[in-house]
Amino acid sequence: MNRYSAFGLLRNALSHNRNWRTAWRSPEPEKSYDAIIVGGGGHGLATAYYLAKEHGIRNVAVLEKGWIGGGNTGRNTTIVRSNYLWTEAALLYEKSMQLWEGLSQDLNYNVMFSQRGVYNLGHSLQDMRDIERRVNANRLNGIDAEVVGTAELGKAIPHLNISPGARYPVLGASLQRRGGVARHDAVAWGFARAADALGVDIIEQCQVTGIDVSGGKAVGVQTTRGPIASDRIGVVVAGHAGVLARMAGLRLPIESHPLQAFVSEPIRPVLDTVVMSGAVHGYISQSDKGELVIGAGVDPYNGYGQRGSFPVIEHALQAIVELFPVFSRVRMLRLWGGIVDVAPDACPILSKTPVGGLYFNCGWGTGGFKATPGSGWVFAHTMAHDEAHELNAPFSLERFSTGALVDEHGAAAVAH
Amino acid sequence: MLLIECPWCGPRAETEFSYGGEAGIPRPADPDALSDAEWADYLFYRSNPRGAHRELWNHAQGCRRWFVVERDTVTNRIAGSFRLDETVPVPASAAEKQPEQGD
Repeated sequence: MNRYSAFGLLRNALSHNRNWRTAWRSPEPEKSYDAIIVGGGGHGLATAYYLAKEHGIRNVAVLEKGWIGGGNTGRNTTIVRSNYLWTEAALLYEKSMQLWEGLSQDLNYNVMFSQRGVYNLGHSLQDMRDIERRVNANRLNGIDAEVVGTAELGKAIPHLNISPGARYPVLGASLQRRGGVARHDAVAWGFARAADALGVDIIEQCQVTGIDVSGGKAVGVQTTRGPIASDRIGVVVAGHAGVLARMAGLRLPIESHPLQAFVSEPIRPVLDTVVMSGAVHGYISQSDKGELVIGAGVDPYNGYGQRGSFPVIEHALQAIVELFPVFSRVRMLRLWGGIVDVAPDACPILSKTPVGGLYFNCGWGTGGFKATPGSGWVFAHTMAHDEAHELNAPFSLERFSTGALVDEHGAAAVAH
Repeated sequence: MLLIECPWCGPRAETEFSYGGEAGIPRPADPDALSDAEWADYLFYRSNPRGAHRELWNHAQGCRRWFVVERDTVTNRIAGSFRLDETVPVPASAAEKQPEQGD
């Protein structure tokens, strides 16, 4: 791998930028690998990267049915935070946050991680009680969090409607200053390039069509580019996790929903932080290009089509105009949908399965992007040692029969 | 926008309805006899098919009655609506399609 540096930039400029190398190779798949990752999104690439970097397992293939950065990794609203209520979830997302803080240097790729703060608004007395509880829980877990009042909100976010006459008046907010946004495409590309440099084969246009199980153990996969053998298979395919599980004769307690996001036309800098509201149900930030990046809740019904319904768009934009009346005449530029895999407790499944050597990383639902590095880190540990790391041990498949759910529905700073 | 046929009120816009999840999941006849795994199955495990899906809808802003819709989860095409008392609880996953490249 050619390291990116100021010197490299200069050298390539002198040769008229004709000698840049591709960021990762496009190898033909081998007959077998020490480990296979199904799904070349951020979480899958991060898993491959940490398998190679932390555990020395470098003979790894990442199989992607489309292209790198074409799935949910490139379809989210790029928010990063770790202010979850329950300790199990908070520690997992906080591990991710710590990895984010050094990620650009680690990957030698600028993921444009910008810790511009994340505000979660409260609109009622009960919202504010919940916020104080969550902030205190976060602080006990060593995660930065604070409660801010409307006066401070008015100074920090001048265009936010804090008028007491609003339909859903803003009473205050929680603030995580270390939260922020990152460039989602760069995260996928950076992990792909860094994993490739460690020897991982990234194979695009390669859809898995079957999982071979023999004697209760996974032995390989069938793909559109031929069979590939491996006794260690990690499935990280988000919305299609249930489809892959059925290939191995398993069921998962998740349902797939479309989740939509939108960007506006680019406008001048107007919002330098991230604002989320679970009550009116919308969240918004402004990208470096000037576009307002807007998200909301999932479409209520199951779906695998990567598009959502119009009532949800209307609802999300109503919420944004409620919070920021000044945006009422901003035009939307694009909208899109991704398929998210929602678990009953809104927490991920990072788990071994009843099939030996087959691991699932799914159930991230609406909030997987923020967890990208941490998810890969713990999942790589799980695949390398055939045993969960203590951070992801609470997120096993067994929790649905033992009842030890990590119930972040409604607790995780934003409604799902 | 889905156009959903209420068996009593006829075709109405999606915004009049609320969604109730997968249909045809009977309440356990003898709850005390269920193992933890069977409870998990009843509470949390759904077929989540890519293709035909039978699901409950409630005409919340109309007659307020529950009914069953069979909808394709990829194309959103609705095959039909049924009253609860005329539905055979056969899971739609039996007719599930294989995933297609590029979807």
